[in-house]
Amino acid sequence: MNLDRSQSSPETLIMDGPEMGRALTRIAHEILERNKGTGDLALVGIRTGGVYLGQRLRKIIGQIEQSEVPLGELDITLYRDDLAIRKNQPVLRKTSIPFNISDMKVVLVDDVLFTGRTIRAALDGLVDLGRPAEVQLAVLVDRGHRQLPIRANYVGKNIPTSREEIVQVFLEELGEEDHVAKLKGKENSP
Amino acid sequence: MNLKRKDILSMASLAPEEIAIILEAAEPFKEVSGREIKKVPALRGKTVVNLFFEPSTRTRTSFELAAKRLSADVINFSPSDSSVVKGESLIDTARNIESMQADIIVLRHKAAGAAEVLAKSIHSSVINAGDGWHEHPTQALLDLFTIKEKKGELKGLHVAIVGDVAHSRVARSNIFALTKMGAKVRVVGPATMIPPYLDRLGVEVYYQMDDALSGVDVVMMLRLQLERQSRSLFPSIREYARLYGLTQERVQMAAKDALIMHPGPINRGVEIAHEVADSASAVILNQVTNGVAVRMGLMYLLSELH
Repeated sequence: MNLDRSQSSPETLIMDGPEMGRALTRIAHEILERNKGTGDLALVGIRTGGVYLGQRLRKIIGQIEQSEVPLGELDITLYRDDLAIRKNQPVLRKTSIPFNISDMKVVLVDDVLFTGRTIRAALDGLVDLGRPAEVQLAVLVDRGHRQLPIRANYVGKNIPTSREEIVQVFLEELGEEDHVAKLKGKENSP
Repeated sequence: MNLKRKDILSMASLAPEEIAIILEAAEPFKEVSGREIKKVPALRGKTVVNLFFEPSTRTRTSFELAAKRLSADVINFSPSDSSVVKGESLIDTARNIESMQADIIVLRHKAAGAAEVLAKSIHSSVINAGDGWHEHPTQALLDLFTIKEKKGELKGLHVAIVGDVAHSRVARSNIFALTKMGAKVRVVGPATMIPPYLDRLGVEVYYQMDDALSGVDVVMMLRLQLERQSRSLFPSIREYARLYGLTQERVQMAAKDALIMHPGPINRGVEIAHEVADSASAVILNQVTNGVAVRMGLMYLLSELH
């Protein structure tokens, strides 16, 4: 593991690859249990990490239930509440939800739940695309410090953190070894 | 991924990397325009002023739609063309608009360089929507976007620009834009409509339509400005149509799946035959659709400064 990523901010390992896999498997089961199968179920991953986690969840659900759950990708950039005050525009990516979300039970998937502002933006983005019957939230890590009344339905792991710490999810799909780490350092944009 | 400039004045002044950033930024907005609810809140609370000193419907409408789909407030300002609209009065008008806290001013003006003069005098962002015979950068950007969308890449493509190149800001912007992105550009038209020294821009000049179209991947037709006949640039519309009109037979000269483009409005039966304009290889209406997405991307990138 690349523990010497930068000398000034040593990583603390929070989850390793197998732990991540087990957490996702549990979340997949919980989603199926709560929704009583895959009828009207859809996954929507929030760019970028959430998209890959959504793909993994879809695969696991497919193995359990032998059925394909539709999966979309949501870019929340245009719905951020800090666009007008940031000095640099964040990188914009494409939203691609190739199915009608109206009357579906949509599970939003994200890697880290922090202030809740990303989820707020995602909810705004979703309602512009249709009127889901229900929206649920699945996250790999909940690190606390909510600034909005938002709560996840499915959590891989709860981690106590201080506000200044950075929690990062590293994924194989992005050329890293699967793990979740806590980094010390000045707070980046959440 | 950021555009480090306040204004978009010309393709000549944009670096290839900046052009690539703009084309990339336009991509997500195409998806937005295809939604049932064609609106995102990205520019909420910003003000865009369309300042058009020349009549224009499609460009102004395209900018207006783009701004509205970003949730900006839009004001259309079309000062009378009769007054002497030069230097001072242009800047005075713009300063008035700026005093109303406009974030982006979209300017069309008959004087070449008007946008640049304006950009230097005010703090708001200025987008050149056509200045005289000089440039029309957003048209070139939407043309590049359309070509890229259909052909995958711009590099190495052969593009023929046909018609009144000398008096066309669309042609000028496209020549700069295409050559910067690695496409090979050739122009063709009557000698009265081809400006001198084009070879210095890396452009091949032809006077015969059939030679020019041979093997090209993209045919970009320019609108024949019919009012120019009175200035004896060509003898008759009929002769022009015979020598430089794009007919089905001439399309055969180009590469097999060549794109046919036109900035509009088209003169059917003059520079482009009916059946060509309506053929599957014509992407004229795609250009219009993409124009909104490209202008949304551009305004999104510029809005970071305000």
